[in-house]
Amino acid sequence: MSITTYELNHLDQLEAEAIHIFREVAAEFEHPCLMFSGGKDSIVMLHLAAKAFWPARLPFPVMHVDTGHNFPEVLEFRDRRVGELEARLVVASVQQSINEGKVVEETGPRASRNRLQTTTLLDAIEEHRFDALFGGARRDEEKARAKERVYSFRDDFGQWDPKNQRPELWNLYNGRIRQGEHIRVFPISNWTELDIWQYIARENVEIPQVYFAHERQVFSRDDMWLADSEFVTRSEDEVVVTRKVRYRTVGDMSCTGAVESEAETLEQIIEEVSATRITERGATRADDRVSEAAMEDRKKEGYF
Amino acid sequence: MEFLRFATAGSVDDGKSTLIGRLLYDTKSIFQDQMESIEATSIQMGNDYTNLALLTDGLRAEREQGITIDVAYRYFATPKRKFIIADTPGHTQYTRNMVTGASTADVALVLVDARHGVVEQSKRHAFLASLLRIPHLVVCVNKMDLIDYDEKAFNTVKEEFRNFAMKLDISDLTFIPVSALHGDNVVERSANMPWYEGSSLLHHLEEVHIASDRNHIDARFPVQYVIRPQSDDHHDYRGYAGTVAGGVFKPGDEVMVLPSGFTSTVASIDSFDGPVSEAFGPMAVTIRLTDDIDVSRGDMICRPNNQPTSSQDLQAMLCWMSETSPLAPRMKLALKHTTRPSRVMVADLQYRIDVNTLHREENPETLTLNEIGRVSLRSTQPLFFDEYRRNRNTGSFILIDEATNATVAAGIIVGSGT
Repeated sequence: MSITTYELNHLDQLEAEAIHIFREVAAEFEHPCLMFSGGKDSIVMLHLAAKAFWPARLPFPVMHVDTGHNFPEVLEFRDRRVGELEARLVVASVQQSINEGKVVEETGPRASRNRLQTTTLLDAIEEHRFDALFGGARRDEEKARAKERVYSFRDDFGQWDPKNQRPELWNLYNGRIRQGEHIRVFPISNWTELDIWQYIARENVEIPQVYFAHERQVFSRDDMWLADSEFVTRSEDEVVVTRKVRYRTVGDMSCTGAVESEAETLEQIIEEVSATRITERGATRADDRVSEAAMEDRKKEGYF
Repeated sequence: MEFLRFATAGSVDDGKSTLIGRLLYDTKSIFQDQMESIEATSIQMGNDYTNLALLTDGLRAEREQGITIDVAYRYFATPKRKFIIADTPGHTQYTRNMVTGASTADVALVLVDARHGVVEQSKRHAFLASLLRIPHLVVCVNKMDLIDYDEKAFNTVKEEFRNFAMKLDISDLTFIPVSALHGDNVVERSANMPWYEGSSLLHHLEEVHIASDRNHIDARFPVQYVIRPQSDDHHDYRGYAGTVAGGVFKPGDEVMVLPSGFTSTVASIDSFDGPVSEAFGPMAVTIRLTDDIDVSRGDMICRPNNQPTSSQDLQAMLCWMSETSPLAPRMKLALKHTTRPSRVMVADLQYRIDVNTLHREENPETLTLNEIGRVSLRSTQPLFFDEYRRNRNTGSFILIDEATNATVAAGIIVGSGT
């Protein structure tokens, strides 16, 4: 008789937990939707969702809140991946919100559409009557996120109330809401940046090229390398140089910084991430640097 | 690599945050920018030292008040294991948050101040750990540096704690003398306590055997979602997706579906990556049966000769979590157990337990926020459950207030009947 030990390694456990959450939401909600940014976390989310419902297609659409300031590689990737999965894509456009006068574009060198996304997102939720939105946020990313539930309740203004969260016990999620309210669902809450990369490598998940080290025209701002693009206004002393960089996170081009890197393969990225002494948001996100509680404040307003 | 989830509980003064900070710091899990950020905040707040509690107390309100309000999750890894820490507040008024963090833990870490010995709070934490059946309890006797690393004092605390723990159902109890501030016995064995022959805390967490804590005997598969692709390639496919809640399933197994009682055979266990030869907890898989029988979400797949209890009457311990309305007999609530929703009525409130003294108060009128008591519940439809002590997945439930949709209780099944 062979001795079997019934153990799952950490990636299998994380995967199983995420799949359980995807299925639970699909079973209990009327209009779920997966928020897709083109970043590595949402690409992993898409992969997990495909696994959860195989051999059926995704029982919900994929939504991209498009700031209009995307990396072109990422948009191309989004369309191809959604096509392969035969999924339905909903694009909510920040540009359209600006055109319709719902939000006003920030001006100046630090202008970003990061905060404007919230209005576009909440309008899209209302328009499509989404009642559950999957997001790829992880608790290791940021201290406010470390406190957030897997099922994060939002009132009819889309607001998060961190002081009054529903207790979340075992794997029994409470998805009951009234009309107009919704739940943000975070299936990969317990994953770390390193887990994401190890999983991408194990599962052969394709990711956009901007994650691998490449030569790029960049300039330095706040100790970050920002890509020189039409979406950013440079001041006179911000000089464009060519550097070998890669992105640790991928968001709006105007506020996502690159890091200098030689990592051209997944293996090299994993090695780099294992050794790093800086968190990914600390290294690359201007939007979190506004204040100590920048993320908490944005989340309360309905941000991702 | 294997996961270990552990829960810590404590208040500001007993060194819990320092201990976690120490574990993270010494395993190089605190990043430079996080450290710089909390150093800056500490200075701004006028602290004399870098306040490691700021690492976990991430909310504005927590920082303002200098307390832990809600559970924070932290992650670190050593070459041996990956760890998830559920860092929970220790005060009585946050019992529900502690229960939340502890519900999925493999190990509970209770801190005792060596100078003060076993106090009310340590007793409460030990009781909650035993109620939630966290399989391993580690008592860190902290601040040993302040009592000159005295072995006798350590033994006194140990005896005192053991005497209390005898009244509880704790299967694995370990004592470690530590100084979180100086790092004694946290990551490395301490040279200051040569009389202590056990492991350091981290070493213990790396080695404690948790693989056999899950139930791999009683096959339980709550059907979560029915997969029917309705595409040309998979026209007749009908798979029952779910997470294994107990035991092991293999193709060819004879199974029974509750509530219908129909029997069938496992045709295959499917996953995106191909067929699975055996499925055990907590794997999320899809089971196909050889017979075309009616199976839907909320049904339970088990073995004909090993079925869960099927009943509308259950006996349970409840931790009440509502701030607004107390629990009282005759109250009606929504219940979520496995994937099966139901409604229940509180048939009887038998006793309330004082979490600090374990004293039982018989026939109380209500249970209010953070109180724990024993109830009889009557549900609108049969539930398929096991005692919590036998299976955490099929023995737990939550109660939801139907008016506010708030989660108002954590439930632990202790039996069936009225």
